[in-house]
Amino acid sequence: MFRTALRNVLAHKARLLMTVLAVMLGVAFVSGTLVFTDTLGNAFRNQSAKSFDHVAVAVSSNYSASDPTDRGTPGISEKTLGKIQAVDGVASATGRVDGFAGVADQDGKLIGNGWANSGGNFAPGKDGKDSSYTFTDGSGPVKDGQIALDKDTAAKGEYKVGDSVRVATNGPVKEYALSGVFTTEDGAVNAGGSLVLFDTAVAQKLYLEPGYFHDVNVAAAAGATERQIQDRVVPLLPDNAVVQTGQQLADDQAEQIESGMSSMNTMLLAFAGIALFVGIFLIANTFTMLVAQRTRELALLRAVGASRKQVTRSVLAEALVVGAVASAVGFVLGIGLAVGLRSAMGSFGAKVPNGPLVIAPTTALAAFAVGVLITTFAAWLPARRAAKIPPVAAMGSAHLPASTKSLVVRNSIGAVITGIGAALIVAGSAKNGSAGQSLIAGGAFLSLIGVIVLIPLLSRPIIGLLRPLLGGVFGVSGKLAGQNALRNPRRTGATASALAIGLTLVTGLSVLGATLSQAVDRMTTDNLKADYMVEMANNMHLDPSAVAALQKAPGISALSPMQSSQLIINGSDQSVAGVTPGDIQKVMTVDTVSGSPDALAQGQIAVAEKTADKHHIKTGTKVSVKYADGKKGELTVGLVFKDNEFLEPVLASTELLAPHEKTPDISGVFVKMDGGATGKNEQALVDAMGDNPAISVYDRQDIRNLFGGTINTALNIMYGLLAMALIIAVLGVVNTLAMSVFERQQEIGMLRAIGLDRSKVKRMIRLEAVVISVFGAVIGIGLGSFLAWAIGKTIATSIPGYELVMPWLKIALFLFLAGVVGILAALWPARSAARLNMLTAIKTE
Amino acid sequence: MTTTSTTARTTAVAARATELSKVYGIGETQVVALDNVSVDFRQGEFTAIMGPSGSGKSTLMHCAAGLDTFSSGSVRIGDIELGSLKDKQLTQLRRDKIGFIFQAFNLLPTLTALENITLPMDIAGRKPDKAWLQNVVDMVGLKDRLSHRPTQLSGGQQQRVAVARALASQPEIIFGDEPTGNLDSRSGAEVLGFLRNSVRELGQTVVMVTHDPVAAAYADRVIFLADGRVVDEMLAPTADSVLDRMKEFDARGRTS
Repeated sequence: MFRTALRNVLAHKARLLMTVLAVMLGVAFVSGTLVFTDTLGNAFRNQSAKSFDHVAVAVSSNYSASDPTDRGTPGISEKTLGKIQAVDGVASATGRVDGFAGVADQDGKLIGNGWANSGGNFAPGKDGKDSSYTFTDGSGPVKDGQIALDKDTAAKGEYKVGDSVRVATNGPVKEYALSGVFTTEDGAVNAGGSLVLFDTAVAQKLYLEPGYFHDVNVAAAAGATERQIQDRVVPLLPDNAVVQTGQQLADDQAEQIESGMSSMNTMLLAFAGIALFVGIFLIANTFTMLVAQRTRELALLRAVGASRKQVTRSVLAEALVVGAVASAVGFVLGIGLAVGLRSAMGSFGAKVPNGPLVIAPTTALAAFAVGVLITTFAAWLPARRAAKIPPVAAMGSAHLPASTKSLVVRNSIGAVITGIGAALIVAGSAKNGSAGQSLIAGGAFLSLIGVIVLIPLLSRPIIGLLRPLLGGVFGVSGKLAGQNALRNPRRTGATASALAIGLTLVTGLSVLGATLSQAVDRMTTDNLKADYMVEMANNMHLDPSAVAALQKAPGISALSPMQSSQLIINGSDQSVAGVTPGDIQKVMTVDTVSGSPDALAQGQIAVAEKTADKHHIKTGTKVSVKYADGKKGELTVGLVFKDNEFLEPVLASTELLAPHEKTPDISGVFVKMDGGATGKNEQALVDAMGDNPAISVYDRQDIRNLFGGTINTALNIMYGLLAMALIIAVLGVVNTLAMSVFERQQEIGMLRAIGLDRSKVKRMIRLEAVVISVFGAVIGIGLGSFLAWAIGKTIATSIPGYELVMPWLKIALFLFLAGVVGILAALWPARSAARLNMLTAIKTE
Repeated sequence: MTTTSTTARTTAVAARATELSKVYGIGETQVVALDNVSVDFRQGEFTAIMGPSGSGKSTLMHCAAGLDTFSSGSVRIGDIELGSLKDKQLTQLRRDKIGFIFQAFNLLPTLTALENITLPMDIAGRKPDKAWLQNVVDMVGLKDRLSHRPTQLSGGQQQRVAVARALASQPEIIFGDEPTGNLDSRSGAEVLGFLRNSVRELGQTVVMVTHDPVAAAYADRVIFLADGRVVDEMLAPTADSVLDRMKEFDARGRTS
């Protein structure tokens, strides 16, 4: 039987092409993902192991500069460092301080993206070299006013040794002379970040306190174990210091990389799974057709004594061969994909450490298992149907009509599943948060399955709606196309399902994206009155000097910092914002619920309505307070205001908080200017900040994009990942049409004979494809919108002014694209239909 | 054997093939399907083309009907020369001037009987002539079955739909390719009856390829082909006379 199966596969090469392609793409996605993440993970692990190569023990202090309750020494003192250096078995000990340092390029713009711009100290040993950095040009900074840059950053800024470079730290910008350019094994730098090296004394002053280090890296002398050194070093350290061996550090980092990789892996594999799921429909369609076409042949097998099981097995064996071949090709393609992805990442500026391609045996195993299992699973139903062909079918003189078994059972099952799914979704939408969302997830899966089961039933009314239009606009081609699309509801349904799944996800994401974008828009327009927000590019806190500088800028009409702090109010922790009384109402919407807007100026605090309700606080309530430095006091609530997304639940004047904080944590400054947002005003702010590349001045549009922008980026990534599923769905449409053209050769020949010209034949096939695609799109859009509505409901309460937004333009675009997809999918089948040899087609056997 | 040249005796010519040749392949594998055939199909006449398998009778019909290309010679439908036409024009010619009846009925299963009948006119974007359509439907006796789909009709009924489809657009000539080949004798007789009636009563021109002497007997004239050449012609044929003539071919085929 296996030989028969193999022969059949070879005989139907062309008709199996799309199946092979679909499986191949799915497998390529899976194996590509696995190879890519393995390779990347391995490269990062090697990298991190290398960067800890010279570190036997690392000492780090848990000192926090912003925490005023921290009474420990500010880091590791130089004296302690000296003691560590003297420990038996220690070859060298290097003190490190680090923090933020942004480098301006020639145009004054920040190089890199804020959170990956760091600075550190150059710590030369006795030989004048710092083993962590290899200088390719010049030498390390050894005095005030000198810096060194990593090679990539120097190249991006077009800086040469001796050039003057503007560097921003959390304080004001300063010009430094570039003393050297280096390379390093540092992970962040190798991931595309920038690194500025200062002289140790300079770095200490910038980032900590003179004479203190954040960390000390200890290298072992020959013969000393990490453990021994650890034991000897610990007694020398202050209480708040932690000692870890190099091995531990490497392991920790490896673990972090592992978990980062595995979440990326999971996401990519989820999308690969969707693509494969979509492929199932295509495969099932193909095998159904092959079985139908071979009805008589299979019946003959049964007639000459093959058992049902043998017939089933022969069909499954075919699927097995197809799956194995497709998996093999897909696996190779996947490796190529991984290589391509790595270099693509490189060209997008994300630096990936070099390393060998890792093709784990499990990857190969997974690729083949997935490919073969999916194919045989999809062929299982057709195979069972093949077994049900009665032996007598071999004797029938006429063509057996394709079994149009009643859809009653199928429809009932579908209706029940859909019903349960929809009920779960509606139930989930009534609940908030993750409980509702997990109900919806279950419901979404069920209703998707249910709708897929029901899709043949749905095809009649939905395509029926399109038919008058088709006949009216496209004449006889349109009329025939509409009827052909309805001819085999199961096949049309399966084809449309593939597209529907993709579009359900795409539509759901789009609707949620549009809804969230609008929520963000509304949030900024409703809650924000300021013209500008000034922030550090790396999201760290602004130096208090920046606020003072801003206040001097020309044209400022109101200004308030957002100073983050914590208060324990009536025993519960609350986030507090220190703001400028009076001005805060000019830069933010602070709607009074009760109390006086002047309360803040009088040393009282303001509480947001929801928080006030929760803690039974009213205007005039006296509350006990514990400040950040541990001091206790009592404050009066002078104002209850409507919640505002840009504000913390508790507001206080900066003056009230100032005595209790060492360094104020200013997350941003909101500014209202005379004349609103103008180029001149923006420039005035930039100038006031000393043209500091590390400080960003955002206008209202920028603020909106800060939130909305991430939504769009996330959406685009998702669209990209769903593209594979959509490509497979399109292959499915091609497949179905090719099958239909093949099966209807005689009809098409007759139509040509009685006067349908080639272009109209083509149009007929094209329109059928368009009808199927649009049908799938309509189902997907409907289901996707429903899901988005339900998910939106669960998050509605956490977003003030939530309102579902249907991106109609985008949805119209999806429908239009579905039509285009249909036309593209029909290119080849339509061509072959038009080129059909009329005479052979109408000849009877 | 000389070609039987027929000159217009009574009426005009609906279709005419002149020195028509069709050759497949080249060199040693060359097969001559039609060898210098000249034949006229007169208006209002029912012609049957007969001949043993491989005699070229189907090829002659396909070439004359604009379904197939030919190597040399000429074919005219009315006053249009087919040899010079491009595919699109040929298709239009088939649509507007020619009706077809196939052995395998070739109806569209998705259309009702009536829709199948009016299909050629739908393709042309023309409205059918109501009175004529009524006439044709009455003649083939399908009045009660117009809304049925082909799968709900018997073979005979399906072929009657096909006949009606060929007649409905009032073509200049109808070509039938073994129209009774898939039918039992009674249904076959019915279909042939309709075809003859359409010639007698409606003045239709019909050309039919058949291998059945009984079917040929319905025709006004039988043309015999052998080895790609017209070898004989018989007017007012009967089943017996045709059968006798065919037997001669067999005999000659055996002795040669």
